Amino acid sequence: MQHNIVCFRTRHLDQPWSLENYRSVGGYKQLERILNDKIPPEHILERIKQSALRGRGGAGFPTGLKWSFLSRGKPIQKYLICNSDEGEPGTCKDHDILMLNPHQLIEGMIIAAYVLGTTVGYHYLRGEFWHAFQRCEQAIKEAYQEGYLGKNILGSGVDFDLYNTLGAGAYICGEETALIESIEGKRGWPRFKPPFPANYGLYGLPTTINNTETLASVPVILQHGAKWFAHLGGKENGGSKIFSISGHVNQPGNYEIPLGTPFSELLNIAGGVWKNARIKAVIPGGSSMPVLPGEVMKRTRLDYDSLSKAGSMLGTGAIIVMDEHTCMVNALACITEFYYEESCGQCTPCREGSGWVTRLIKRIEAGQGKPGDLDCLEQIAKGIEGRTICAFGEAIAWPVRSFLKHFRAEFEYHIEHGCCQVAARVR
Amino acid sequence: MSSEEQIIQLTPEICQAIDQWVLKYPPEQKRSAVLAGLRIIQRAYGWLSDERMRALAEYLDLPPMDVYEVASFYSMYERKPIGRYKLAVCMNISCHLCGSDNIIKHLESRLGICMGETTSDGLFTLRRAECLAACTDAPILQVDDRDYYKRVTPEIIDQVLEQLHQAGRKKGRDDAT
Repeated sequence: MQHNIVCFRTRHLDQPWSLENYRSVGGYKQLERILNDKIPPEHILERIKQSALRGRGGAGFPTGLKWSFLSRGKPIQKYLICNSDEGEPGTCKDHDILMLNPHQLIEGMIIAAYVLGTTVGYHYLRGEFWHAFQRCEQAIKEAYQEGYLGKNILGSGVDFDLYNTLGAGAYICGEETALIESIEGKRGWPRFKPPFPANYGLYGLPTTINNTETLASVPVILQHGAKWFAHLGGKENGGSKIFSISGHVNQPGNYEIPLGTPFSELLNIAGGVWKNARIKAVIPGGSSMPVLPGEVMKRTRLDYDSLSKAGSMLGTGAIIVMDEHTCMVNALACITEFYYEESCGQCTPCREGSGWVTRLIKRIEAGQGKPGDLDCLEQIAKGIEGRTICAFGEAIAWPVRSFLKHFRAEFEYHIEHGCCQVAARVR
Repeated sequence: MSSEEQIIQLTPEICQAIDQWVLKYPPEQKRSAVLAGLRIIQRAYGWLSDERMRALAEYLDLPPMDVYEVASFYSMYERKPIGRYKLAVCMNISCHLCGSDNIIKHLESRLGICMGETTSDGLFTLRRAECLAACTDAPILQVDDRDYYKRVTPEIIDQVLEQLHQAGRKKGRDDAT
């Protein structure tokens, strides 16, 4: 299996982030080729569609299709935005791209801008990524010096200005319309859709937003060809993907491997479950995605369609492993508390519901649960799901419903015995 | 907000740093620089007073509410004075599974404060952080919204506290950018 051949292709080098090293693996060659040969944007768009690249930020939307929504010909200002507001618990892949290979993201953005006909781009990093921001500032400066950014790029007549911007601590800004609000200098409150950003985005103008890993994949797709990329993964699941595997494994880390790799193989790469323990549960796509029993995961491949069939989602590719000693009530309390803390407060079901479920689960954990609490939890989760402006509602509801679906007995034990089944067994 | 309208002006250095951000956006979209402006002011003074937020609003030609609502929405802004160093420990699922509770207990006992409090010498404020996107290096501590300490243990925490203790006595606040 080939590792680290797309976004992490400079990773083996000393100072992988330098312009020199990026060039040594073919960096900026695709941009030069496109501009020198005057390759029509439609051809590149077609390649991206053929590559089966899907959005790496969580939703998995086909990138080529998204790009085709922006009407290139419209003679008004259009924007390209890169979403580096990484913050879904378990997810830490984009940070590594920014630190290890910022130039590839920049090249990807310039090519995307050329395809979309945009002349201005913003790269939004979460506020806590100060060091990554500094690295990207340096990389953008170098790209300007080399004539890859700015007016009349490499003498082609194409213009593209790119700016790094910073958030200030808000998970919700990873939602694309909240991110737009944040760049506009406002609270990160998601907007009603439609209108979608392709029609009404930043400053009310047509905007395309892609995740960091998505954009950074573009130069490599063009270098090796759409077929090559598509064949790395399976049907409709093109390419490789960075999986952040964390929790109870011996070697947690970011591993860039082909989509469709069996989970058991990734678990091996990550050194297996720690302390010779058995695997209990896995959240395969960041903490908002449904949890699956470890045994189910062992039979599942890591791609959009396989995980969806297994009852969860690939999400951001953040895989959280829990061993047999994990109390699932405690784990769920930890997860819902995050969403309670981060709810932006705009929609009542999410604002109130996230607090209700968190307090209920904590009560059960503390041994003060009552009969009927679990039904109540289900009811609240159902009451949030699908009733909010953005997908945050699902991000609270799915963990609650999936933990109850697969580990209900543990919750019942807590209520019945007033203590933890796992702790009792260990004793 | 104080009743007497105390007029505070931003320093030339701060204005210059904000101007750099204003340039990133279209000329009619100065509001986009609110987040950066607040960060720059907080970096210089450690927190955001109402007077300074008003001064920022004035500098960017905005109603003060446009600045306050941003300052109260985002978690990195401090609207009350805090310690010289902000210690933020991630408590989300990956860090939690890797023992962040113990890290917090250790910090609380070493500093003699509870989560959210500031030490009596004004040096440290302890905070809960939401996922800092370094989950494969859990548990994570972030100092002053910038520096990550990965896979922290009680021993590493002790070293960090010692370093910060010594550094904090020597120097004041750093750059305003």
